[in-house]
Formats: sequence, structure tokens, C-alpha cells
Amino acid sequence: MRIIVPIKQVPNTNDVRIDSKTGTLIREGVESIVNPEDLNAVEAGLGLRDKLGGEVVVVSMGPPQTEEALREVLAMGVDEAYLLTDRALAGADTLATAYSLSRAIRKIGEFDLVICGRQAIDGDTAQVGPQLAEFLKLPQVTYVRKLEIDDGSVVAERVLENGYEVIKASLPALLTVTKEMNKPRYPTMSGIRLSFTEKRIHRWKAEDFEAEPWRIGLDGSPTWVKRTFSPPPKAPGQVLQGTAREVGREVVRRLTEKNLI
Amino acid sequence: MIQEAARDFAQKEIAPVAAQLDEEEKFPTDIVKKLGQLGFMGMTIPVEYGGAGYDTLSYILALVEIAKKCASTAIIMSVNNSLVCSPLCEFGSDQLKKKYLPPLAQGQKLGAFSLTEPNAGSDAGNQQTTAVLDGNDYVLNGTKIFVTSGNVADYIIILAATDKSKGAKGITGFMVEAGWKGFKVGSLEHKLGIRASSTAELVLTDLRVPKENVLGNVNEGFRIALKALDGGRIGVAGQALGIAEAAFETAVRYSKQRQQFGKPISEFQAVQWMIADMATNIDAARLLVYKAAMAKDTQKYFSKEAAMAKLFASELATKCASDAIQIHGGYGYTRDYPVERNYRDARITQIYEGTSEVQKMVIASSALREIV
Repeated sequence: MRIIVPIKQVPNTNDVRIDSKTGTLIREGVESIVNPEDLNAVEAGLGLRDKLGGEVVVVSMGPPQTEEALREVLAMGVDEAYLLTDRALAGADTLATAYSLSRAIRKIGEFDLVICGRQAIDGDTAQVGPQLAEFLKLPQVTYVRKLEIDDGSVVAERVLENGYEVIKASLPALLTVTKEMNKPRYPTMSGIRLSFTEKRIHRWKAEDFEAEPWRIGLDGSPTWVKRTFSPPPKAPGQVLQGTAREVGREVVRRLTEKNLI
Repeated sequence: MIQEAARDFAQKEIAPVAAQLDEEEKFPTDIVKKLGQLGFMGMTIPVEYGGAGYDTLSYILALVEIAKKCASTAIIMSVNNSLVCSPLCEFGSDQLKKKYLPPLAQGQKLGAFSLTEPNAGSDAGNQQTTAVLDGNDYVLNGTKIFVTSGNVADYIIILAATDKSKGAKGITGFMVEAGWKGFKVGSLEHKLGIRASSTAELVLTDLRVPKENVLGNVNEGFRIALKALDGGRIGVAGQALGIAEAAFETAVRYSKQRQQFGKPISEFQAVQWMIADMATNIDAARLLVYKAAMAKDTQKYFSKEAAMAKLFASELATKCASDAIQIHGGYGYTRDYPVERNYRDARITQIYEGTSEVQKMVIASSALREIV
């Protein structure tokens, strides 16, 4: 099986700072990590490879420092990595990102499965996976927490608000996975060495994967950030005192009063 | 990247259970197994023998991160790396290396190192355990004490006197398997600190060790042990550095939160001076530890560098943990805060693998020799 996993490098902090002029993230001075659910996607890919054979190829778009993220997943056992890095790609919204990734994946070649993380912790859009599936004209299953490969198809269990749904899709397909899916493995000491000595990170500019210039980067992005702001902090909660029975009764009374139950 | 990997593992797998392991005096079997699978148990052993193939500095960077979360786990890791894998790799025959190194370096088996006896502590050359050649075997008899991981180890390097008349020059190292007849684990110590690491007495009764399991040459054991301890001291220095850093970081965070007299105690000069001293000394210790680690890879002898790193870092760990408790006040003395464990754990680093006084002997004799 050939599995492609797109990953994103994100800032590792909850207090993300935003450039007030451009409305984009300030990356300087913030430690970068691999987006947590992308690690679940990598683990899902590695798990399938360990069971069925084949290879896991990772692709990421970002500034040159994204190489650190790629090394980390190579150290976990990923076989090959592609870094799409080019000034022309900067400022991309989810559409331009998904388009660029789709061009690169087509260029990488044949594959059976694309596995994405559900969403990135910086933007929280959960759009790139589904858009990528559309560009690649693949069946897609989102919010997957369990999957099995069954005779040319993938059977995936997806998380819904009120339950689970099992979907069967023919391969090749694209999945987005949640953190419930698995526990990502740690990089091993020998994996770290191999990531520097034997494994390759291919660096591609936009022309290397034949992206049309008007569809990439800031120019190719139909969405613009108009304004960013921090929501006002929530009012503090109230702690009810009393016995369990009294407190329970009071909670029910208040919820009823607000027509919530 | 190695440091980050160790930090991430320590944060996720060790930190949540460290206090409980200490409280219950429970050996971290699962954690040690995982450390082995990830390659942390044989970090400087060449790849051909199943190790990770890194230099000593990489190993120490990882060890410090483990020690920051659990000093007990750090010493188990240090003993396996520095006192077992390292001398086995340097002095063992090819046959011994092929047989014992891969499982030790990959964490399938655990190693221990046994030199100390009731009457051979700082005076380690005074070995009462004997090894007598009988046919193709050496027969070992005696009692060893304070053996880190001694009750859980699979393979143990044991030092014994092969020629008592020669004193320290009549000692030999043996590679012993725990399953062999005549090898018995005696009592376990109940300790002030590093309580999740076990410390055992070993009783050897007519323990037969095949000749091919002699480590290095016969009567060369004391030299091998001292060289191993030089490496081990860099490990203990790294462990102490980790404890010092952990206590320091906890204390700084606490000082910013704790309010007295209407402001955070971090705004008082008395606290700031403690923080300044800790920060400066930790950086100095780090440089000494890194220097010793690099010396091990580039110099034939590194006893002085290792002794200086261990002396400075271990004294500092105890001081930092003590000051961290002081900054915490009464809370720091309780088991609700980790600085109390840091303090108990730090104390042993001034004692094992050569007391601070022994380190000073090593450093002084080196200085007296160097300057003519």
C-alpha cells in the first residue's frame, strides 16, 4: 500500500499571536510542532504499512523550517518526505493550500490512500482534507476514528455528534482522522539517525509540481482575513453549595428557567 | 531532536506517574521497557551491536530530560548505559559483545554493575568476594551490596578478587546471568530517595562463571571498573543536573504565583538572589557536564572532567532542591509538591559512584600530577 499523509507544522502554544496588520499568525519566537491530529494520521498510515506492507509518504507545505516537522515524522518511521516551499506559496488560504497539495500529490504518483488529520490547532478550519479530496476526485470519509482495509476498499467508522457511522469507500480514497484514532508512536533513536542519514526530504518549488501561478499563495486565495480579535473572556461560573439533592434541584430549576431543558 | 524526543517521552510517560512510583517504591518496569524499545538504553553502543550509535553528549542530553521527571528512572538508564553497556563494549570479547549487547542496548534485558561490598565502598579495591578457577569455570563466593537494579537485572557485571595477594591489581570483572545457580538476590534497601530504583544485596554461593565470561583480562577488573565509573559519573552528573533544573523551574513558577505581603514572592530580593544563584550555577554545571561528555568521546582519560562534573552537579542538585523547598515554604516540605522528592533524590548523587570526597581525591591527584 502506498499511503500519502499531508501534515502541517503549527505553533505549539495556546496563546497564538496574530499580526494585526495582515491578520496572519506570528511564527517567530514560538516553538513549532507537528499538528497533533496529523500525527494521528501518520500513525494510522504507519500502522497500515506495518500490517500490509508498502510505504508512507509525507508531504507538507510551509517555510523552510517545516523540515523539522518532516524529520520528526521520518524518525517515527515514515519512508519519504516532500517539502513544498516557495515564496509564491506563502499566504495561502485553505483552497490554495489544498490545490497546491493536490498538484504535488499527483506529481508524487500512484497511491491507495490519503490520510489527513481532522484539523490544525492553529486555524481549526478542517477544510483542507475535504478540499483536497475534491481536487483529487477521491471519495472522502471525514472524522474517522477506526479503519480497516477490505479487498480494495476502506471501511471507516466516523464520529458524529450523536453516534458513529460506518462507511465503505473504494480505494483510492481520502480520510481525515481524529485523535481518538490511535496513540502516535514516539520517534526512536535509530529513527532519528536514519532521518538524517538515509531518508530524503525532497524540496519542491511551485514549478516543480506544475502548479498554476494564479491558483497558489496569497493571489490564489479567495478568502481574506478582514479582522482578528480575541473574544471577551467568559464570565466566571458559579459554584452551588448544598447537598447533592439541593444542588441538583437548583441546577434543574435554573436550566428550566432558561428553557434549556 | 534527541533531546526533544526524550523530553516528550518523559513529559507524557514518566511525569504523570513519577510521584506515585516514588511513594510506592515501585520499579518502573513498563517505562524501562519502552525506553529500551525507543533506543535510550544503549545510546552510545554501535549500531552493529544493537545500540543507537550516538556520542556521549547526545546520551547525556537525553538522560537529563529523563532525570528532570524521575531521578529513579534516570539512574536505571544511566547504569545500563554507562556501567554495563559501555564497559562491555569497550572491554568485552567479541563473543560477549555479540551475546549480551544487543538485548541490553534494546531494552529486552536489563543490566547491573556490582562492585561495592560491606567493606569495599570508597575503598573499592578491598574486595572480599573471591573468584577461583576450577576447570573451565571461575567459582565466585561473596556478598555484594547496594547494587542498582540488582534484583531485576538479567545480566550483571560482578567484580571479584582473583588474586588477593595483588590487592586492587588482583580483581577481575565477570559477566554473570541472573538465572545461574548460586546467584541469589538478598535484601532490598529502603531509601531516602530514588525510591523507584531498586537497590539490592547479591549473595554469591559457588556461582560458576564460564571462563569466556571474563570481562577484559584476568586481574584487569579494577581498571575496567574505574573506567566504567568515570563514565557512570558523567551519567550521575547528568542526573543531578536534571534534578537541579527540575527544582529550579518548579521554584521559579511557584514564586511568580505565590503572593505574600500583597505581591508575588518573586518580587522580593531574597527570592531573586536564590533564583539568580540557581540559574548561574545550573548553567555552570551544564557546561561541566557537557565538557565531560565530550571528553569521554575525544580523550583517552577523562577521570578529572567526570569527577568535576559529578562533584559540582551533585552538590548543586542538593542545594537547588533545598532552596526550591525554601522558596515553597511549608508547602515545599509536603509531598504535594515535587521539590520534596527532588531534595530526597538529589542527596544520593553526592554519594554513589564515588562520594564527593572521592571526586575531590580524583581531581586533586590529577591537578597535583599535571602541575609540576
